[in-house]
Amino acid sequence: MNRENRITWINRLLLPVLNVLTAFAVTAVVFWLIDVNPLEAAEILLYGAFGYEEGIGYTIYYTTNFIFTGLAVAVAFHAGLFNIGGEGQAYIGGLGAGLAIFMLDPTLGAWLFIPASIIGALLFGALWALIPAYLQAYRGSHIVITTIMFNFLAASLMVYLMVHVLREMGQMTPQSELFPTNAWMPFVHDVAAGMGYSIEASPLNLSVLLALVCAVAVWFFLWQTRWGYAIRATGKNSTAAVYGGIKPKRVIIVAMCISGALAGLVSINELVGYQHRLVMDFHLGYGFGGIAVALMGRNHPVGIIVAALLFGTLYQGGAELAFEMSGVSRDIVVVMQGLVILFCGALEYMYRPWLIRTLAPVAQQISAAGVTV
Amino acid sequence: MTMKKFAIELTDIDKRFGAVHANNKVCLQVTEGNIHGIIGENGAGKSTLMSILYGFYQADAGQINVLGNTYIFTDSHHAIAAGIGMVHQHFMLVENFTVLENVILGSEGGALLADGLAAARKELTRLGEEYGLKVNLDATIDTLSVGLQQRVEILKALYKGAKILILDEPTGVLTPQETEELFRIFAALKQQGVTIMLITHKLREIMSITDQVSVMRGGQMVAHRNTCDTDREELAELMVGRKVLLHVDKGPANVRAPLMTVKRLTVADNQGVERLKGVSFELRAGEVLGVAGVSGNGQTELLEALSGITPLTSGSVQVLGMEMDAKHPLSPDILRELGLAHVPEDRHRMGLITEFSASESALLGYHTDASINSGLWLSKAKVDANCEQLMQAFDVRPADPHLKSANFSGGNQQKLILAREMERNPEVLLIGQPTRGVDIGAIEFIHQRIIAMRDAGKAVLLVSVELEEIMSVSDRIIVLCDGAISGRINAEDADERTLGMMMANALDPIDPLQAMNDAKSSSNRTAQELDL
Repeated sequence: MNRENRITWINRLLLPVLNVLTAFAVTAVVFWLIDVNPLEAAEILLYGAFGYEEGIGYTIYYTTNFIFTGLAVAVAFHAGLFNIGGEGQAYIGGLGAGLAIFMLDPTLGAWLFIPASIIGALLFGALWALIPAYLQAYRGSHIVITTIMFNFLAASLMVYLMVHVLREMGQMTPQSELFPTNAWMPFVHDVAAGMGYSIEASPLNLSVLLALVCAVAVWFFLWQTRWGYAIRATGKNSTAAVYGGIKPKRVIIVAMCISGALAGLVSINELVGYQHRLVMDFHLGYGFGGIAVALMGRNHPVGIIVAALLFGTLYQGGAELAFEMSGVSRDIVVVMQGLVILFCGALEYMYRPWLIRTLAPVAQQISAAGVTV
Repeated sequence: MTMKKFAIELTDIDKRFGAVHANNKVCLQVTEGNIHGIIGENGAGKSTLMSILYGFYQADAGQINVLGNTYIFTDSHHAIAAGIGMVHQHFMLVENFTVLENVILGSEGGALLADGLAAARKELTRLGEEYGLKVNLDATIDTLSVGLQQRVEILKALYKGAKILILDEPTGVLTPQETEELFRIFAALKQQGVTIMLITHKLREIMSITDQVSVMRGGQMVAHRNTCDTDREELAELMVGRKVLLHVDKGPANVRAPLMTVKRLTVADNQGVERLKGVSFELRAGEVLGVAGVSGNGQTELLEALSGITPLTSGSVQVLGMEMDAKHPLSPDILRELGLAHVPEDRHRMGLITEFSASESALLGYHTDASINSGLWLSKAKVDANCEQLMQAFDVRPADPHLKSANFSGGNQQKLILAREMERNPEVLLIGQPTRGVDIGAIEFIHQRIIAMRDAGKAVLLVSVELEEIMSVSDRIIVLCDGAISGRINAEDADERTLGMMMANALDPIDPLQAMNDAKSSSNRTAQELDL
């Protein structure tokens, strides 16, 4: 294996694994400080995530959300844009999905409802990203500032709509009425039952397939089409892209709309797949989690699926941990996530120089002859 | 005759980077008080050797003697302490600091600046007088010309006590007049006993200023010569390892109809400063039009405006049957489709995407082309085949389409870009600094390809800061100074002195009558149209 290859492997595989292990090691110290046996905690966490069918279902269900937002961040990132508005785009995507369902006749079949809700989520998510994209491309407002502001706008808008417009008649809770059952994304346990297998019930629904399709589509789009080429060229070197006849303004708009649309699909998993109504704050944490997932997954769909699974595991296992151990609150999940983000994102290159020096040295060092003065 | 001491004595310096043997038992002796030239192609190991001497790299084996003492440098501070000063090709100056502040950077002498500044001012005044290095110490760097900035770099080195100066391609950015001035400074430094090592690929400079010259090839020292005992042909042959044609072999131009007509082209930058001021010229099929000038006088803006990258502020450009002006811009992709290709000046900033593989960089500008797309997707086979074909046509090494663009040498990156732009047979070729940082052997090849395009009836606009290149490749030459055309001349009438004067805009304003006659005789245009 030559040096180039070794460096690629260090970057792609070894570094993320080491970073995650470091994060876990620090988490263990935190557990130890609050008088919890880290090994016992790890066992409960892993059992909660993978030990029984319902747990696995939850883990994959959470993973699905992270795949959507991870892909969303990655597409924007390849265009050189840092989309931190995944939260808002997911939230507004939910509005789109809900409106699409409520606008259709409840007696129609699922074959119409599900595509309609997906299109609604895609469109509204894209729309919520389009405005910051336009402001970045044509007015020079920084995308990080505008997308984060749009998260707040989305939250306020949804509170207003949920309280005043979409609330179910006669209810105090700010949530819409239930979607017609035809509009529900089928649960995996129902589908399995139909095929003669019996699985414990869990929120896991067919949106996970949609997420995998999206991952393949993103890979294909970015690396196998001329539009993906234009996006990546702009992200790596926008001057060269302009020289090559690529129009960065258009690339910004296209990349952000795709990014927003992907984030919007979180609502398909959460609302159309599980809650079956418009609710408040279903999106919380997934937009930002997507940033960490994309970072850890090196902005590549395969990496993103793996990273999303890690985050899904932490979500589900952490919940189990909080339930099982009296000394642990659910916030420990946030701590663990924070540490993973810290080591995978902020301290990304901590081990890199050392790894490259030890595993892919430039040349053998022969001590130089001579006398120092 | 007394035995002269050696300022620098390198013995059996060896350095490997993985499989690359960058320096193979290199020996070098530089006599104190001499000007010593080091020449060699890119990748010959010059930069590695100098980096070892300056403490950036450590040699795997070998010995470094400086002024009679043996050292192991692990840091450039050690080299500076031993009396070595380096002037890099790209200046290391803080633009909005004054000369004085720049010189004391790194040796401020205490928490408060006042004392250090006063002491430095005294010392610099002394140095300036002793060596004839006059610079206004209170001017900020960005107000100084490139030549003066270089002088500041030299002062900086001397201020830190350098007895040995290493200069890496010092004349690349200078006008001929500034170069002469620099050589006068070298002479003064030499007289004061300073040793100078000059790294360059310009054989003419080696011949005119050095006392000795050492030639490197493939990581080895292949020859040491007293400059008076050698000539350019021998040095070129030693560098490349075979006979090299230093002059471009070309027949007379068969000039036909104009393919590009530029009228009163004006381009302003973001701040509204006019970088091009009413430039008018014609580019005709079957000719190479050279654009000479000190870099930064509007060449970049000219290339970017003509290729559709920067919008025109006023004026118009007719090209291949279309016209663009401020209100009707043509984008780079449309121009490319019309048959206008562009080899940009800066290959890293614009010519390729260093993080992409060679095959992906070889698509830049052509990624929408039907020849590599099959329906929705970019056909991987066609993308690779396209790159392989380009690599073969221009002998790009290594011929590996999957290698990252950044991992090719500068010359091979340039050949890949040239291949991409030339192999699709454009009608008009804009080409900026085609041989910057390219080996002598490859230069010969690139020049031949440009002439071949001309002979095939294409129009070539050649922008270069290398006067020799401009004079030998072009048929006609225009000179840009401060964004305006300060001279027009036929290549056979041009010499370095005249061009140098034009570049500094030191000639009398162009005689309008003469220009009118020129214009009439060439294509029956009136002087008003040319806006003179």
